[in-house]
Amino acid sequence: MYLVVEQLLNGLQFGLLLFLLAAGLTLVFGIMDFVNLAHGSLYMMGAYFAATFVAWTGSFVLGALMALGATLLLGIVLEYVALRHLYGRDHLDQVLATFGLILFFNDAVRLIWGPAGLALPLPAWLTVPVQIIPGVYYPAYRLMIILVALAVAAMLYLVVMRTRVGMLIRAGASNREMIGALGINIKLLFTLVFGLGAALAGLAGLMQAPILTVQIGMGENILILAFVIIVIGGIGSIRGAFMAALFVGIIDTMGRAFLPDLLRKVLSGAAASTAAPALSSMLIYLLMAIILVLRPEGLFPAAKR
Amino acid sequence: MMGKLNASNAVAALLCAALILLPLYSAATGNIFILTLFTRIAIFALAAASLNLIMGYGGMMSFGHAAYLGIGGYAVGILAAEGIGSGFIQWPVALAVSALFALLIGALSLRTRGVYFIMITLAFAQMAYYVASALSRYGGDDGLTVYKRSDFAGLINLSDRNQFYYLCLACLFGGLYLIWRIVNSRFGLVVQGVRSNEQRMQAIGFHANRYRLVCFVISGTICGLAGALLANNTDFVSPAVMYWTRSGDLMVMVILGGMGSLFGPVIGAIVYLLLEELLSQFTEYSGLILGPVLLLIVLFARGGIMGLLGRMSRG
Repeated sequence: MYLVVEQLLNGLQFGLLLFLLAAGLTLVFGIMDFVNLAHGSLYMMGAYFAATFVAWTGSFVLGALMALGATLLLGIVLEYVALRHLYGRDHLDQVLATFGLILFFNDAVRLIWGPAGLALPLPAWLTVPVQIIPGVYYPAYRLMIILVALAVAAMLYLVVMRTRVGMLIRAGASNREMIGALGINIKLLFTLVFGLGAALAGLAGLMQAPILTVQIGMGENILILAFVIIVIGGIGSIRGAFMAALFVGIIDTMGRAFLPDLLRKVLSGAAASTAAPALSSMLIYLLMAIILVLRPEGLFPAAKR
Repeated sequence: MMGKLNASNAVAALLCAALILLPLYSAATGNIFILTLFTRIAIFALAAASLNLIMGYGGMMSFGHAAYLGIGGYAVGILAAEGIGSGFIQWPVALAVSALFALLIGALSLRTRGVYFIMITLAFAQMAYYVASALSRYGGDDGLTVYKRSDFAGLINLSDRNQFYYLCLACLFGGLYLIWRIVNSRFGLVVQGVRSNEQRMQAIGFHANRYRLVCFVISGTICGLAGALLANNTDFVSPAVMYWTRSGDLMVMVILGGMGSLFGPVIGAIVYLLLEELLSQFTEYSGLILGPVLLLIVLFARGGIMGLLGRMSRG
């Protein structure tokens, strides 16, 4: 029972982290109609920045904040220098260009930080287990990820639903020409949204950094998961991304934790030990395939253009 | 498109001649490396050409095409590991399994359009990747060594560098010829018609998805052939062949060379793999240059290299 609660929390934490990544992706995709494969690179950069700045400053919080700012800046520069020329282009052009950026960032990181991965140690106050319900302890840092991500999600919701910028963002998602016609500086708006997306990816990366090794290509696997999420949720829909992210995070984590035992009950030992890792890795993709076959536009399609 | 003398066709003809004469050059200069490199290029060109069939002509952006490379490769590798070394069995099996897989993926994926299609094809390829990683009997994550190349009863010796090169080249030219015939047939015209206006084709009475599906299966099968060649070339097959960045590489080759042009993917494969190879000799950080080059090509050379040639011959 405790194991189930713990894995459920792990799934929640992973799902929320995926949401941060997917939110930026779906915003950029939904509003600017831009497919950004380099989103995973921004996630990686967030992690590398954090590892560097935390080591420099000696403070986890300060380093993390600096990393967040650095990714935001990087996103804005990237948008300004290269990506803004690709809006309105074919999705394939965008895929090719941002695939090129992945190659660039991977080797840039290798040049600057070297081929070996980095570790980002946690400060002592974040390593203590916290008792969440009587008898159940949970690592403080993972709990913090859950809280930060929930806070960011709530903030994002408020900004998008309750502010003027958010209104423009939503208007942009459903009709891009219209907000331009209303005299809004659409270029600036797009730069801001892209920067926001980059910062969210960076935040996901820097928070994940102490749990995993910070390494080259770390964004590639998780980028695909983020794409899976925005496709399941319905492209351009923040709410869809949130639900789908939790769904994917929990199913993935629970699958990895419990599927092997479940399979062992129905299959022979050898067959189960072969099938279990494959099946638990495939679970998410299987889920996406089923959802898309049944609902080709995702679970929560954004308003029609 | 044939018969007219313009820059694109001239380049294509020169290219074919150069590819055919390459072993002579290699023998004369003793440069074996270039032959090995171009064997690899021919194989990837075939895979890229198969992707171009559905992407350039059919408007179906498959982001999981590397899956067929892996499936074709594993068919050869697994049969070899089980002691069935004959290419007359291995290769038909590789083609059949790829076709079957393409039929399954296509039937499900073609319910979606646009970005959703890109993602669902990617999802299926990732599933194949994880299945291969779990095949512990056949190497799992580490991949499977193919100890003996396919045996064609002495007709061709795949271990002979020149013979294997010509085999790959023959498969490439055969694949291109097939694609050219398909694209210019009634069937191919319907597929292209569906790309530009699906509703109209439906209204005329064509069952659009059936045409798309057949095209998708042909494409997957050709790519499976490339996979069988690849396994023989590297004497090895691993899940990494199916990872999504591999599909990205194929996509890059197609767009780089010129989507929807017969020789575009071949040129794309040559340029991409040569660039990768050359850069890696100057620097171990080839992506620092290759990445921005791709970006610049997208920004300034729409329609890829073939598009550029086309504009040159017109302008």
